[in-house]
Amino acid sequence: MRTPRTGVDWFLTFLRLLLLGAATLGVLLFIVQQVYPDNLITRWVNPVSANLTASQFKGLLVSGLTQGAMYGLIALGYSMVYGVLGFINFAHGEVFMAGAMTGMIASNKLDDAGIWESNFLGSLAFVLAVAVATSTLAAIAMEKVAYRPLRNSPRLVLLITSVGMSFFIQNASLVLLGAKSKSYPRAAEWLNGNVGVIDVRGSRLLVIAVAGLSAVALWWLVERTKTGMAMRAVAEDAEIAALMGIKVNRTIVTVFAVGGAMAGVAGILWGLMFRSVTHSTGFLPGIKAFSAAVLGGIGHLGGAMTGGLIIGAAESVGPIVFFEPLGVQGATQLKDAVAFLVLVGVLLIRPSGLFGERLPAEDRV
Amino acid sequence: MRSPTAKRPEQSSPEQPEQSSPEQPLLEMRSVNTHYGAVHVLRNVDLAIYKGELVCLLGGNASGKSTTLKTLLGMVKPTSGDVLIDGEVVTSTSIRYRVLKGLTMVPENRRLFKRLTVKKNLALGAFLRSDNAAIVNDLEWVFELFPRLKQRLNQKAGTLSGGEQQMVAIGRALMSKPRILLMDEPSMGLSPALVKQNFDLIQQIHASGITVFMVEQNANLALSIADRGWVLQTGQVVLDDTAGNLLAHPELRASYLGDT
Repeated sequence: MRTPRTGVDWFLTFLRLLLLGAATLGVLLFIVQQVYPDNLITRWVNPVSANLTASQFKGLLVSGLTQGAMYGLIALGYSMVYGVLGFINFAHGEVFMAGAMTGMIASNKLDDAGIWESNFLGSLAFVLAVAVATSTLAAIAMEKVAYRPLRNSPRLVLLITSVGMSFFIQNASLVLLGAKSKSYPRAAEWLNGNVGVIDVRGSRLLVIAVAGLSAVALWWLVERTKTGMAMRAVAEDAEIAALMGIKVNRTIVTVFAVGGAMAGVAGILWGLMFRSVTHSTGFLPGIKAFSAAVLGGIGHLGGAMTGGLIIGAAESVGPIVFFEPLGVQGATQLKDAVAFLVLVGVLLIRPSGLFGERLPAEDRV
Repeated sequence: MRSPTAKRPEQSSPEQPEQSSPEQPLLEMRSVNTHYGAVHVLRNVDLAIYKGELVCLLGGNASGKSTTLKTLLGMVKPTSGDVLIDGEVVTSTSIRYRVLKGLTMVPENRRLFKRLTVKKNLALGAFLRSDNAAIVNDLEWVFELFPRLKQRLNQKAGTLSGGEQQMVAIGRALMSKPRILLMDEPSMGLSPALVKQNFDLIQQIHASGITVFMVEQNANLALSIADRGWVLQTGQVVLDDTAGNLLAHPELRASYLGDT
């Protein structure tokens, strides 16, 4: 039984076709351009667009995936908290920033002592531990102070509170550490060289490896331990979870803690890749990670990670592939627009996200 | 159908010796009053359930039946009065503590974890247990009671039929190795054939040594298998008698059993 289509449906269909059409056209033109660099269309729409070599393309893709791994790690926190409490914790980007900030302070201290250079991996592990601890504690404190007293309020109240929390943390950082951009010490020299047969920068490999390990650890926690089972039970029905003997409050704290830890890891990876941090570092990655969580299907952890990788890759590769062949000048500056366009595109076609599932509305009998 | 020979694994419970005297109820409510905000739901309710009994609580809509169960389990705190397990006052303890004491419930409308597999649902029933070997035995017992669940093990609970979901709900409760099983409206939302099966099953679970306390609207069926029963009316116990006497009670026949 279908409801009759309304004007809105037609408009949405039109948008879907437009987006798919533009994407297809962009990709086609990109391929044509790769094969015949000097074709008519290219000469007509964008005479300065350069032919992209395979290694340039790979470089873009790898840096996009690296960035995407960070988005994915942050997205996990959004998704998990949404899963158990049903609201978007907009202060989560700030939890990430807190990790990046304390990591910066710790690494500079180590650098001053000369340990950063001589024992890079050891220092990295230490800095990682500091950042993870800070982010975890920040997330736990946030839950206790701001969200727990509002547990039974409408979700909207929690959402607004999280926006307030976000401003609070940003401004606290501004007051404590100042507005100037601060930077991480240079990563060890050997990380900047290219590694092995795949010929990818070492630092990027390191970022992807750390992100991958963290994601696997989280997967193990959620799928293979009692704590994870408790989290999933609370996410679905807290009252019945309590009936199973699960400590609901403690489980919710654990969810915040684990989400915070992942954001802390992402903070350090950010520092390794981009080196500079400010009090507003958490904002854009936070929004993009939130988009990644929605894109993957909010509440679905694999979806959050995949969403992060897709958004990261798309914003890095997308401008060159879609916009430059279409004749847009300075297309790389459109990377943020591409990230959100991908989100809009996916939601137009799959409103519940890539992995978001919809259960039958009521019990079948 | 279920094999009638399904036996519950031997209760090896040295921690629960038969120290309770016959007069000591397993589960008891002493003049409990419960409020939801300003609404006075339970009024001076007294209940006593003894080991090995199969008892039922009857009553119409909004008479306070579900609240009685929730108060017994600690999901709702009474405003006055006490809940006792084995004579121990547990009024202010957590649900978790009471589950550890051997209480469990099959909630109204089953309330499964629909996005989790049947296997995970059953494992969650045994959440507080760490006696792995015994858990495996109890799982086997659940499969004996519900052979169909074995094929559905890796399916998400939300995709099962209503009858199968009921099996998972009961199985999940049994996995906590309860001494007393509370059932909230076990016949709700089931077809007449399934209701009959369900009541057979309750008797079977009872026969395996688990005390059963059910809340039902279907008074006829409930009283046909129960030993004793109470009738609750606007939060007050108005009748407290053996099942036989209740079935014959003229007032009850008129108001609950559909006689005119």
